[in-house]
Amino acid sequence: MLYNEPSPLETKVLTRRFELQNSASIDTYLASDGYKAFMKAVAMTPDAIIGEVKTSNLRGRGGAGFPTGMKWSFVPKQSDKPKYIVVNADESEPGTCKDRILMENDPHQLIEGILIAGLAVGSHLGYVYIRGEYRYLIDLFEVAIAEAYAKGWLGKNINGTGFDFDLVAHSGAGAYECGEESALLESLEGKRGVPRIRPPFPAVAGLYQSPTVLNNVETFCAVPAIILNGGQWFADLGTPRNGGTRMFCLSGHINKPGVYELPMGFNLTRMIYEVGGGIPGNKKLKAVIPGGSSCPVLTAAECQDLPMDYDSVAKIKSMLGSGGVVIMDETTDMVRAMLRIMKFYQHESCGWCIPCREGTTWLRKMLGRVDEGVGVNSDIDLMYEVAKNMLGRTFCPLGDAAAMPTLSFIEKFRGEFEAKLSAVVPGSFEEQSRLVQLV
Amino acid sequence: MTFSPELEQRISKLIGSYPAGRQRSALIPMLMYCQDEVGCVSEELIQECAARLGLSRLQVDEVIGYYSMLHKKPIGKHHVQVCTNISCLLVGGEELMAHAKKKLVLGHKETSADGVFSLEEVECMGACSWAPAIQIGYEFHHNVTPQVFDKLIDDIALVHRKVQ
Repeated sequence: MLYNEPSPLETKVLTRRFELQNSASIDTYLASDGYKAFMKAVAMTPDAIIGEVKTSNLRGRGGAGFPTGMKWSFVPKQSDKPKYIVVNADESEPGTCKDRILMENDPHQLIEGILIAGLAVGSHLGYVYIRGEYRYLIDLFEVAIAEAYAKGWLGKNINGTGFDFDLVAHSGAGAYECGEESALLESLEGKRGVPRIRPPFPAVAGLYQSPTVLNNVETFCAVPAIILNGGQWFADLGTPRNGGTRMFCLSGHINKPGVYELPMGFNLTRMIYEVGGGIPGNKKLKAVIPGGSSCPVLTAAECQDLPMDYDSVAKIKSMLGSGGVVIMDETTDMVRAMLRIMKFYQHESCGWCIPCREGTTWLRKMLGRVDEGVGVNSDIDLMYEVAKNMLGRTFCPLGDAAAMPTLSFIEKFRGEFEAKLSAVVPGSFEEQSRLVQLV
Repeated sequence: MTFSPELEQRISKLIGSYPAGRQRSALIPMLMYCQDEVGCVSEELIQECAARLGLSRLQVDEVIGYYSMLHKKPIGKHHVQVCTNISCLLVGGEELMAHAKKKLVLGHKETSADGVFSLEEVECMGACSWAPAIQIGYEFHHNVTPQVFDKLIDDIALVHRKVQ
């Protein structure tokens, strides 16, 4: 089911079947080039498959943007241990709701992408780790898996090719941290989802310490089209080094919020005003979070005609992340917004690394008192320092994910933080007594 | 412990889904599916899962403590979860949560005396483009206004009154 009207400006690659009747059924899938890419891949060598994915410039859609073909090539060709394919469907980055749509409307595209990855690295077993909140999706996906088994597209000797592959839908139980690859693997092994130290990376020692390909749902979904139409075709849809289309989730202050598939490098101003129909009440744009709440916030000026691809967004020191574009109009209370984001990270910090566990807690406390107007002026610099000291000092990127927005909110909207404290004169008796109380 | 035949089938399929010797992998989905039938992760259920997967009681218990969807105490038959994270916040998520508290006369993580409703303010549930969003049990409701919320709650309450 589609939850928003598609836009005429979309380039439909991953979503091309969404408007067909019963788009999730295997019959619809087979009638619209379904599993053709897999059959084409069977005739290719593993190196040729990986080569095609490399040519496509497909980069990880979960947030990090690592080149997918390269990730696959790190899996050792010879291995005494079985190799695994793991799909990250633990979508929980605030602002992101695309994997849900992909799995709900075209689950077989994902299954086919997984099968091709299996061919490329020599794996015969895959797990799709779906967040527990998406129970309806687990049930839908299990139907799709059953259909694929029934029609011979999963199981032993798939469609007479001699290739075996089994696929399992695995439920999470509510933990943002399990979207991080190493924590996801711990969770998939039936443990607390705490991150592992790397190296070794999952490609060498992942699930059960065996070689594992781990990618986001959207990444796998792009693979059938790449094999079918060629890596170059996919690469040409985007910008140099940023191949293809991606699912952008527009949310916040926007007239037509929704998930839209747009080419990499799509102009952010057009995304907001043409695809998204502009800001309600014709209010002015204040800020945009370009790729989920972990990404540094952009000011309206920075957003002007910004090409939305990994490299262009990285150039202005933010990230394309998971594609969650959160739009904030001129009325937005930036301290409030930052406080809510920090509440999230504090809640979700797994507690494994001290800089993250303590840092998120202190940042939340300080943001809370600044927001309530009972902070002290030194809080702003202290928050900045705490966040800076979290960066790069944790096993997994959750610490960074909490620190980066904090730094950017303070750098770019410091005036709003100061305004909340303006009633307190620096060095005054009032400030001193508050400091004493806070200690 | 005895489960329904459907759940038994799901559990045995689940345990068979992981390589030999890796049955611990089944733990988290197993707890989720069992919790749905039992109502919460009771001490009896902890012991049962531990026995079935060859784990110690502690190995099961430490997992339960980590995951926010696993509850040791019963929650309401209809667990109302209101998202107030950034996308929902911007379009009235906090106001909706305040409204929900009033409507249900419940606070965050509280369950009604009759066990019909419980309320929880939750983190991002993956419905950002259709915010504000809530989940009642596993069911998503998008673009929820206070009026829509009242209707959803009243409809559930009506059914319960009829049953009684």
